[in-house]
Amino acid sequence: MSSFRIIPTLLLKKGGLVKGQSFANHKYVGDPINAVRIFNAKEVDELFFFDIESTLNGEHIDLDVVSKLANECYMPFAVGGGINSIDLISRLIELGVEKVVINSYAISEPDFIKEAAETFGSQAIVVCIDYKSDKNGLKKVFLNSSTKETDYDALKFAKLCSEMGAGELVLNSIEKDGMQNGFDIDFIKKVSDLVSVPVIGGCGAGNLSHFKSLKLSTNASAGTGGSFFVFHGPLNAVLISYPKKSEINNL
Amino acid sequence: MLTIIDTGIANVGSIKYKLFNHGIESQIATSGSEIKEATKIILPGVGHFKEGMKRLKQNNIIDILVDKVKNEKVPIFAICLGMQLLTMKSEEGNCKGLGLIDAETVKFNFSNNSLKIPHVGWNKLHFKNESDIFKNINPESPYYFTHSYYVKCNNKKDILSSTTYGHEFVSVVNRENIYGTQFHPEKSHRKGFQILINFVKNF
Repeated sequence: MSSFRIIPTLLLKKGGLVKGQSFANHKYVGDPINAVRIFNAKEVDELFFFDIESTLNGEHIDLDVVSKLANECYMPFAVGGGINSIDLISRLIELGVEKVVINSYAISEPDFIKEAAETFGSQAIVVCIDYKSDKNGLKKVFLNSSTKETDYDALKFAKLCSEMGAGELVLNSIEKDGMQNGFDIDFIKKVSDLVSVPVIGGCGAGNLSHFKSLKLSTNASAGTGGSFFVFHGPLNAVLISYPKKSEINNL
Repeated sequence: MLTIIDTGIANVGSIKYKLFNHGIESQIATSGSEIKEATKIILPGVGHFKEGMKRLKQNNIIDILVDKVKNEKVPIFAICLGMQLLTMKSEEGNCKGLGLIDAETVKFNFSNNSLKIPHVGWNKLHFKNESDIFKNINPESPYYFTHSYYVKCNNKKDILSSTTYGHEFVSVVNRENIYGTQFHPEKSHRKGFQILINFVKNF
């Protein structure tokens, strides 16, 4: 049986790594290639890279940066940021990306998920769902790096994505981002019980026990986070870290 | 020359770069004529089976590749979708494969929701037959899998290892000069990459 995966999510902005809170106030935390080398040595399960500016600027993740990452990564990795064409996915896969993460474009064009899955296989297509509760407490999907609310109910949208052929779903609670106070367990459980594809819990990881409750209380196949892997101590000093294999196996 | 086949949906660039870092030269081939001189072949693959076969056909690779492997006995190492393309046919797109190994590619099918499809993540090998492809590797090491379909061999002696996800499936296949892994050795840390190095150096 495959083991539960713990996946650092690294955010890219102008070629550097950044990390923020609730999708804002991003702080520079280092050079991505250097981070990959550290994660190689730590034999991390997998890496996610998101370019947080590209969609806003109508661009996509920089292919030169992806090529450099692909050459360094001895672990599987996925990239996201402005993915909106079959041709772009082809180019990314050719550079060495295992899977692409579709976010805003999946919301405006859900049929694109189907087209991409039929070309590259479901296993290469990850949909990332950023959601936040509205004033009535309903979880709504947001797009463009959480700047724009949509009419989509997050649970229904997750179901739609899996039916369209997405191979994995990442669930990002915008309210939990960078807070390091635990995952949105209830909602991740709901989605992971509902869909037949692997679900990755995102946002809120602050310590290993958060991953443990994600693993034990939900049907999620993996958990991802940012701050937990790049910050250390009460003053949030930048320090790239990853749990030991024995710690992960004991979750 | 070691030749990596580029179907247009395969991660050729990073494989070439990593081999180079291990002192191994290779070339990338996008058409049939470019594999004529190949002395060893790597067939990587990410993607949909039907799309993979379509692209091999479009680039006039199929006949030359089958001739090289079947008649000239050029060693080939196929990865993930590449391994599935070696089979007779696949349920993915209900499509004929290269027919280089006596096997077929079928979809995982679990009646309850507890086992997710695709199978994604790190999983171990159960060794069935000995091979130099496993030289210098730790038998306990996990490898990275990401697939919705798996290979079912008709001939047990073609199975070098199996892996369990709901049930056993073939994770490393070998028939004469033909090798295939369902997992990604190039993305299974440096320990996993050793399998690819073994292929290049020992066969």
